[in-house]
Amino acid sequence: MSLVNIHEVHKYYGDLHVLKGINLNIKAGEVISIIGRSGSGKSTLLRCMNGLEKYQKGGITVDGKEVTTEEIQVRILARSVGMIFQSFNLFPHLTVGENIMLAPTIVLKKSKQEAQETAKAMLDKVGLADKFDSFPEKLSGGQQQRVAIARALAMNPKVLLCDEITSALDPELVGDVLKVLEQLAKEGMTLVLVTHEMNFARDVGDRVVFMHQGKVWEEGPAKEVFANPQTDELKNFVNSVL
Amino acid sequence: MLDFAALLPYSHVFIHGLITTVEISLLATVLGLVLGVTFAVARQYGATWLSRVVNVYVELIRNTPFIVQLFFIFFGLPSIGFKLSAWEAGTIAMVVNLAAYSTEIIRAGLASTPKGQWEAGKVLGLSFKQTLFRVVIIPAIEKIYPALTSQCIIVMLGSAVLSQISVQDLTYAANFVQSRNFRSFESYLVTAFLYLFLAILMRKAFNLIGKRLFSYRAER
Amino acid sequence: MIEFSNYDIIRNLLIATQWTVLLSLAAFAGGISVALCLTAARLTKNPALAGLIKLYVEVFQGTPLLMQMFLCFFGLSLVGLNISAWNAAVLSLTLFTSAFLVEIWRGCIDTLPKGQWEASRCLGLSFLQTLRYVVLPQAFKVALAPSIGFSVQVVKGTALASVIGFVELTKAGTMLNNATFEPFKVFAFVALIYFALCYPLSLTSKILEKKFNVSR
Repeated sequence: MSLVNIHEVHKYYGDLHVLKGINLNIKAGEVISIIGRSGSGKSTLLRCMNGLEKYQKGGITVDGKEVTTEEIQVRILARSVGMIFQSFNLFPHLTVGENIMLAPTIVLKKSKQEAQETAKAMLDKVGLADKFDSFPEKLSGGQQQRVAIARALAMNPKVLLCDEITSALDPELVGDVLKVLEQLAKEGMTLVLVTHEMNFARDVGDRVVFMHQGKVWEEGPAKEVFANPQTDELKNFVNSVL
Repeated sequence: MLDFAALLPYSHVFIHGLITTVEISLLATVLGLVLGVTFAVARQYGATWLSRVVNVYVELIRNTPFIVQLFFIFFGLPSIGFKLSAWEAGTIAMVVNLAAYSTEIIRAGLASTPKGQWEAGKVLGLSFKQTLFRVVIIPAIEKIYPALTSQCIIVMLGSAVLSQISVQDLTYAANFVQSRNFRSFESYLVTAFLYLFLAILMRKAFNLIGKRLFSYRAER
Repeated sequence: MIEFSNYDIIRNLLIATQWTVLLSLAAFAGGISVALCLTAARLTKNPALAGLIKLYVEVFQGTPLLMQMFLCFFGLSLVGLNISAWNAAVLSLTLFTSAFLVEIWRGCIDTLPKGQWEASRCLGLSFLQTLRYVVLPQAFKVALAPSIGFSVQVVKGTALASVIGFVELTKAGTMLNNATFEPFKVFAFVALIYFALCYPLSLTSKILEKKFNVSR
């Protein structure tokens, strides 16, 4: 039984058909990279997987639970699906520690002490143990993104969705964030990444999904897909980004 | 019971009041904005003393009620020798009021001009005046145009107070009619909707003018 | 005829100023309460409610405050509700204030990046929790300066209560003018007292705005 199950998903923005029958299964512990040109529907697909976007046809289940955009469903889902954004989306009025502790205390109803311990452990994991009391704006982009990862991890998710999480970072800060992801992958976390980091997708990812014009155009084991693309579209894409 | 038909015999009174309100508002808007641009330039680029004087004027007007300004001009100025009709006093009060608010708004627009615009003007050999009026002013006004529009509407609505010095405007008409037919609610309600109509019309007019003024946006 | 010294004029004006202050406080408190309810209603994203609030804002921002006051004072008493000048002034100023505040706050809440709502959703926060812990604390900081700035309009708006016969600062001014025939002096004093009430508020608003802009 796969952890994430996507079956014949269609999505429209008005007349625009953005997802045209997506099928994808993701097993626990897998690291999946979704690549493709902008406008290919990859971010939309990711956002459908935790109910941020509505889809009109088909079905998605995560950990056996159906994904819909109903608020109550999204909240149940939030306990198994974590998400990290391109623009970090940290809460600027809360300290790093408070950012991480917020959801565990008010959603999971953990005690403050327990949440604090978790927060410290997660910060340690992303290499920012000393930033507990800092405000997000005092941190570099790379540090902010690592805090966002820690915040998602504190909810103890089964799968982590990463939406172009290094795209807004200065090149020299990308490495730190990727290192954290690599560590998570090693620990067996299920990761679904929409990414432009092809080296990371090839070297760390288990499987690569190439999306084109709203469809899964080609997929397969990461190393094979890059070494031996089957379709012209993927060949062109790989040539243009590598 | 509400009886709006009781207002019909007085429709000419309302129309007369409406015309007065439109006239005064139009005049005050034009003069107020012209002064506003002038003062804003003085405030932003003028000598320190000039900038300070303009600032004192702006703050004095912005922090006192319009009705008090009106009374001061209408009752106060004649007592030191400036004789003014109600119509003149009302128009002056509105101009003085709008000029102060628009100075502050337009100044903010000028202040937000990127330094590069001035530098580009300079390296092309344009004088200060040329850069200001050919390069800087239109985009500066565009930036604050919604706020400026709202302020002009607020001043137009504020003209209702002119009825208190017997300017025969729309509110004066409403007071007159209700004192005759004792239908105050109907009279004021209809008048309120006439003002609402004027406000909506004014916003439309500003949008149209804005489209012309900032047509370089639409070209693309 | 009684002689009025400058001291008498100022003393009488200051006594009336108390009513201006009280009326301002009542109107601002009332306006905040109504605006809070309207903001909460708007945030439910119910299209009918949102439409109604838009209409409310349009009507109260598109008609003269003086007309609103007349309608509250003369209008309601005609419908059978006997209403004092104080009550009419508080009621109309409350409605007027709330229409502007709800619009100011809408702007403040809407400037929050969409990502803040999305991140909260992804962390499992409910709508109310998102409001309480994420949106309102941030919106409050943004809203503080313009709200205090608007309070100046409320103080100035109370001057119109003089027209329906409520004796506050402006009414006291016209009464003293009628008694002293010194309009220049009397209205200059009146204006200065308003300035003394309003300028600190304007200044606070400006300082807060600067502070906020620097802090982000």
